[in-house]
Amino acid sequence: MSYEYIGITVLWLFLYGYLIVASIDFGAGFFAYYAKLTKQDHIINKLISRYLSPVWEVTNVFFVFFFVGLVGFFPDTAYYFGQSLLVPGSIAIVLLAIRGSFYAFESYGSKDNHVYMFLYGATGLLIPASLATAMTISEGGFIEETANGVHLMIGKLLTSPYSWSVVLLAIVSVLYISSTFLTYYAHRADDEPALAIVRKYALFWSSPTIIASLTTFIALSQHNFDHFQKAIELWWIFGLSVAFFMIGLFLIYQGKYYGWAFLAVMFQFFFAFFGYGASHLPYIIKPFVTITSGATNETMGITLIIAFIGGLLLLVPSLIMLLRMFLFDADYVQGKK
Amino acid sequence: MFFEDSVLMSRLLTFLTLGFHVIFATVGVGIPIMISIAEGIGIKKKDPHYTLLARRWTRGLTITVAVGVVTGTAIGLQLSLLWPSFMKVAGNVISLPLFMEVFAFFFEAIFLGAYLYTWDRFKNPIYHWLLSIPVVIGSTLSAFFITTVNAFMNAPQGFETEGDKLIAVDPFAAMFNPATPTKVAHVISSSYLTSAAILATIAAFIMLVRKSTIYHKKALKLTVAATFIFAVATAVAGDSSAKYLAEYQPEKLAAGEWHFETEKNADLIIFGTLNENNEVENAIRIPGALSFLAHGDFNALVEGLNETPEDERPPLWIHYMFDFMVMIGFYLVGISFLFLIFWKMKRWNEYNRWLLTGLAAVGPLAMLAIEFGWIFAEVGRQPWILRGFMTVAEGATTSPHVGLMFLLFLGLYIVLGTGCLVVLRKIFKNNPAELELESRYPHVKESDKE
Repeated sequence: MSYEYIGITVLWLFLYGYLIVASIDFGAGFFAYYAKLTKQDHIINKLISRYLSPVWEVTNVFFVFFFVGLVGFFPDTAYYFGQSLLVPGSIAIVLLAIRGSFYAFESYGSKDNHVYMFLYGATGLLIPASLATAMTISEGGFIEETANGVHLMIGKLLTSPYSWSVVLLAIVSVLYISSTFLTYYAHRADDEPALAIVRKYALFWSSPTIIASLTTFIALSQHNFDHFQKAIELWWIFGLSVAFFMIGLFLIYQGKYYGWAFLAVMFQFFFAFFGYGASHLPYIIKPFVTITSGATNETMGITLIIAFIGGLLLLVPSLIMLLRMFLFDADYVQGKK
Repeated sequence: MFFEDSVLMSRLLTFLTLGFHVIFATVGVGIPIMISIAEGIGIKKKDPHYTLLARRWTRGLTITVAVGVVTGTAIGLQLSLLWPSFMKVAGNVISLPLFMEVFAFFFEAIFLGAYLYTWDRFKNPIYHWLLSIPVVIGSTLSAFFITTVNAFMNAPQGFETEGDKLIAVDPFAAMFNPATPTKVAHVISSSYLTSAAILATIAAFIMLVRKSTIYHKKALKLTVAATFIFAVATAVAGDSSAKYLAEYQPEKLAAGEWHFETEKNADLIIFGTLNENNEVENAIRIPGALSFLAHGDFNALVEGLNETPEDERPPLWIHYMFDFMVMIGFYLVGISFLFLIFWKMKRWNEYNRWLLTGLAAVGPLAMLAIEFGWIFAEVGRQPWILRGFMTVAEGATTSPHVGLMFLLFLGLYIVLGTGCLVVLRKIFKNNPAELELESRYPHVKESDKE
């Protein structure tokens, strides 16, 4: 495998990691606020904050990793994304900034402030929507290169059914991933009343997830038929994704093996995400940047891969330590520590 | 109108983001080491005062780290959004430390999370203290990596150009360029200094407006001693930075010192004004001192600004930035040294109001010096974004919306800054140290406290 492919695989893994941990976090913020509105917050919010408190900064770093790595491996993307995403990118930064800092303000500072909770909940849905823009424009047709540089055609973006179907898919996926994780976490914490609520959320958001996925596929076939055709050639990957969706849903419905259910959800998104990514190639940003034209020089590519492996050797044990301390420490989860 | 000028607005927006981020980045790098020291002393002396100090500082740190993380994310993305052409080139050569910086930060974030939530979880407190070490290492390493990127912008190397293609890239040569050693030393030492100074300000301020308890006296002694050590280290690092400039970026030193003609035994000009013929007036002159600052020899030859083509000269107002920074540096060394003398001389009262007032100013002043020094470093590189290869105008975005984004981010930083202050005030005001000491360590009696 050449260094470009290793590079894009690594980046895609990071983005997948971000997709999972950030979805848990974004959705949890929304559910916490929703629970407050429906006066069920005393049942589930303690559970949510016990998980979120130690890990929120880690979530953010996955994202930073992705875009720093993207610029490192594929410097041309910095130019095209940078030129075209100034406005949506800035909006995403502002939302991320408000979310991250106000979460810290709320949880270390003033407890249960209504405004903070609202900001935390609302940004959780708006951020995935704005970040999805980057995915959408990478399909081509939304940016133009003129003598004056590269520009985003905002009007076209806002009127495209494909762009809206991606936004919709992003939001419902966030809620589905998050609610299935919380179901598992509530189960670990032996918190029956909370479990009953979050399990209901998980069941509720399952069918919108699959419907939004299908809609996106249809919209993709209208917008970028080549990509759609390549995706069809990889039908078995998407088939595996659907199979895992069924397994996850079945387990949650049965009310047993919530850990396996969440794992199945992770696999569902893993296959969908990698199927999407594989069929997207060779383009990174269609038609301007391909995996070979946009890649950095070989020396830098290989150095980055070595740095990446070295970094992982350091981080994986530390992450395991963190998870064992907070996520898998039954006493901590149950609130005894 | 300047609002439409995307180059100028990109510079202003970068200035805004970094000017705000640098505050939180600085304390994020420096406070962990102060926490680690305080907790270590607390364990060694079995003195809960120091443990409580570490605990309370950590609580403040989490708030500032949160703002540091989100503004750091902002500048990370803005580099590509505002300087796409620069990042396209830089990405080929200097992305290694950018990438490693994220690793270092990730490492820090993991252990900070663990440190924060495990104060009472270990039987032997040493284990908790050990968790502070990776936080210190991680935060200092992220400062190291990100500073090498800035060093690279000042002294680019590790590549060759062939047309507009970069060939023969050597990521390590790019990272360890001539500017790296002095810049890294100056950034890290001044971050430690500023953090110690801010904590000293807090202790001195409380002793001035409320009563002086043993807890605050211990806090003041620890932080002022640290301020002194770090201030001396910063001065040494700053001096070597000047020597670096003299050798590799003479135009930056010359503009900063208003040194126009190349000459031996060059005078150091402090403050002053320029008349219409660019002659220095109203300044304090120290004969030969610039030669000494630049080369360690009063008779050394110092290159003047006139050697640099006119369109490649940095603006001359950076002279004031340099002078303010240095003046504050001297003040920090002086006042902390004075306190140490008063402390060691048993007959003198080191907690007199004058000294406390002087010490209450060190934190804000040190932070101002960081801002001045940083403006000096960045504006002093003008017109280049990558010295000798690319100007800021060539690196900037051509998007017409930068002005609007400037307003958006201005609003964001006002909200974040206010929120941060409000929350910090709330955390500490409703829970003063004396109360927390009593509730956490009821066995500590007034008599054991000295």
